[in-house]
Amino acid sequence: MAETNDFLRMEGISKSFPGVQALQEVNFEVTRGEIHALVGENGAGKSTLMKVLTGALHLDEGRIILRGEPVEIHSPSDSQELGISMIHQELSLIPYLTVGKNVYLGREPRRRIPGFIDWKKLYSQTQELLGQINLDVRAWAEAQDLSIAQQQMVEVAKALSIEADLIAMDEPTSSLTDRETEVLFDVMRKLKDQGVAIIFITHRLEEVFEVSDRITVLRDGRHIATAPTAELNHNQVVQLMVGRELDNMYPYSETKERGVALQADDLADGQELHGVSLELQGGQILGVAGLVGAGRTALAETLFGLRQATAGEIHIDGQVVKLHSAKQAIEHGLGFVPEDRKLQGLFLNMAVRENITMSSTSLVSNFGFVNTNKANKLADEYVDKLDIRTPSLRQRIRNLSGGNQQKVIIARWLTLKPRVLILDEPTRGVDVGAKAEIHGLMRQLAEDGVAVLMISSELPEIIGVSDRILVMHEGRVTGRFERDEASQDMIMHAATGGDNNAS
Amino acid sequence: MQASAKTTSARPTSAVILEAIRRYSVLLILLGIGLVFTLGSDRFLTPSNLMNIAVQTSIIAIIAIGMTFVILTAGIDLSVGSVVALCGALAAGLAVRQELGTFTGIGLALLAGAAVGVINGLLVVRGKMPPFVATLSTLAIARGLTLVYTEGRPISGIDERFTFLGSGEILGIATPVIILAIVFVIAYIVLRSTRFGNYVYATGGNEEVSRLAGVRTSIITLSVYIISGFLAALGGVLLVARLWSAQPNAAVGLELDAIAAPVLGGVSLFGGVGNVTGALVGAFILGILSNGLNLMGVPSFWQQVIKGVVLILAVMLDVFTKRRR
Ligand SMILES: Nc1ncnc2c1ncn2[C@@H]1O[C@H](COP(=O)(O)OP(=O)(O)OP(=O)(O)O)[C@@H](O)[C@H]1O
Ligand SMILES: [Mg+2]
Repeated sequence: MAETNDFLRMEGISKSFPGVQALQEVNFEVTRGEIHALVGENGAGKSTLMKVLTGALHLDEGRIILRGEPVEIHSPSDSQELGISMIHQELSLIPYLTVGKNVYLGREPRRRIPGFIDWKKLYSQTQELLGQINLDVRAWAEAQDLSIAQQQMVEVAKALSIEADLIAMDEPTSSLTDRETEVLFDVMRKLKDQGVAIIFITHRLEEVFEVSDRITVLRDGRHIATAPTAELNHNQVVQLMVGRELDNMYPYSETKERGVALQADDLADGQELHGVSLELQGGQILGVAGLVGAGRTALAETLFGLRQATAGEIHIDGQVVKLHSAKQAIEHGLGFVPEDRKLQGLFLNMAVRENITMSSTSLVSNFGFVNTNKANKLADEYVDKLDIRTPSLRQRIRNLSGGNQQKVIIARWLTLKPRVLILDEPTRGVDVGAKAEIHGLMRQLAEDGVAVLMISSELPEIIGVSDRILVMHEGRVTGRFERDEASQDMIMHAATGGDNNAS
Repeated sequence: MQASAKTTSARPTSAVILEAIRRYSVLLILLGIGLVFTLGSDRFLTPSNLMNIAVQTSIIAIIAIGMTFVILTAGIDLSVGSVVALCGALAAGLAVRQELGTFTGIGLALLAGAAVGVINGLLVVRGKMPPFVATLSTLAIARGLTLVYTEGRPISGIDERFTFLGSGEILGIATPVIILAIVFVIAYIVLRSTRFGNYVYATGGNEEVSRLAGVRTSIITLSVYIISGFLAALGGVLLVARLWSAQPNAAVGLELDAIAAPVLGGVSLFGGVGNVTGALVGAFILGILSNGLNLMGVPSFWQQVIKGVVLILAVMLDVFTKRRR
């Protein structure tokens, strides 16, 4: 047996699902005190590999060697006992439980009386952990009252609480803004210095180059390459991931404006919005930037009628409208791709076809009965158009990789051919290739005359994609820029409250 | 100072009031109903009538506490009514007919209740059956077995140690009420302070997440059905002790009240939310309703209607205040 000082070695790992070979003889090693980035397109098998490691899934073939010894991992508790912890890609807090209970779920501090939990210790330890990651949340707050970013940071606290030797983080940054990401990176570097091995999955390559020591690329369930980060550059990684050269990440073309499609005057919701005005032109992409908690999602939800405006007006095509439900919004030609696709967007147990055609039943049914042929055709068309990777139209959505789920939900809205499309973080958790495709798609929509409102926490995306940019801070507009006058610094300045150069 | 991680600490006062209403809504309903009956009948608010209500309610409350464990895991146990009848009959039959004595008879009956719980739990965990279907089947089976065992006839002749459980008193408090108090305190502590209790909530909140966190959710799920079966059997024993005989068709439809009580008390049928205090208050709302309506001479057919309406109102109040959060 070859002696190595690898902390973890996964050898010849194969795993298949009905119709999908998710992993094929993958080799993967991690040493102590390294941050090892695991990258690949949506559906490449990253999450599957980690789930096999942490016992959430069983491998078909291959073996796992930890600290030089082969180990059998059959359940999540097995892996925890071996010192492995994982942050899952899907948010996995239990909404009604407190933050503290979530963090220590399964590992509650015990009292002397068997079976009893030491709540005091649990909450004080949690509060301490939250402090370590600069999270200003109370340990006894219910998880459901936290923002998505806060929940994500609680997941980090949860992983830390295990005091593991190996932490697998599956897209921990996808719902964080730059600031929180930096906090997380600090935590990761500290852990690394303590000798902890970290596996870091992300679709943001800048992050890979910022923190990782080594990179492993997976493609279509196969191991493609492992190399020190210093020896690779951005384009090489992309090429390894997609297996071809990728053309422009931010395809841009001047589109002509077609008049104001959606206008909001002094919109407020009594909680998170305090007088927001905006104008959205047909044929144009308006990027909305801001930190988490700036009220961007509240703005989107108010425009779409999911929240009631307490003040202000919304005009669609010049007419004042009062929207009280999504249905009314849709009737007015609005579409909305929400931020939290699991909660608000997808029917996880339904098939790809149903998820795509769900909103457009009138297109695919005759006399109230769904016509399977029509539904197949429509779904096929969009699976093609958006390059959704799925073994069949009848695959359940929950079995698709995260990025492909996102494409499905965008596809659903496109079937309705909306005149105004609002997208909240449309490329979260989406790989570079698909991201470029979604950017291209938004541009295509704009060219077709659709008014697009895109909320994004990624500044390069905001700048690369938008015709105009609106920056929010604490429920107010703190900056408005034209495409060619905006810089990352200016946007950041406005997003942190900067000065009010907005009207 | 970072603006990014703000907690929602300052809520508008209207939200605080709504929160208070939500939290104490069942208690308010209980007091409201009590007030109506106090005004409507001078026989309602008397010590003897109140003790009467407590005795009448204790059996359903005990069963509702078991049901609460099941509902907290997002399950349901429809078999409790049949288990009451079956285990009541077994306790009386084993004690009297098989001449095993009161203690053995009752002990075996309680074990039988737990055994039905094991079957329910295994059907759900191993058989992957929806709890509704699994316990609907055992509802039929347990009722059938009761009829087989009793040959359709009541069993009487239990001794006074047995009847003491139903109609005796300790320090002036009726035995069933004392037993209810013990069951309640234990259940309360288990749910609030133990790992098991915490996992009951976690499993109901999100089974997959709990499993990934290392919680053995199948054991938790199995356990709650055992608890429910055991407490239903205890309810059956107390019922026999109170009626001095076991009736083969006792407690038909009792599962409805056993489910209504926790739901009235704010236990969510989707799992993960609620507690046994709610179930207790819910059971007392139902108990006070029938007692008060009886005193006011409302025909029993109408009582059913009123109960249903109160259930709708209570749940609507809950939903309404929750949505505003
Ligand atoms: N439970 C499952 N049943 C069927 N297929 C599955 C299941 N889980 C994953 N897959 C499939 O296995 C493949 C690998 O998925 P995986 O989630 O590991 O990708 P990923 O690299 O994590 O992608 P992403 O970046 O989008 O999260 C995909 O084709 C996916 O559809
Ligand atoms: Mg993944």
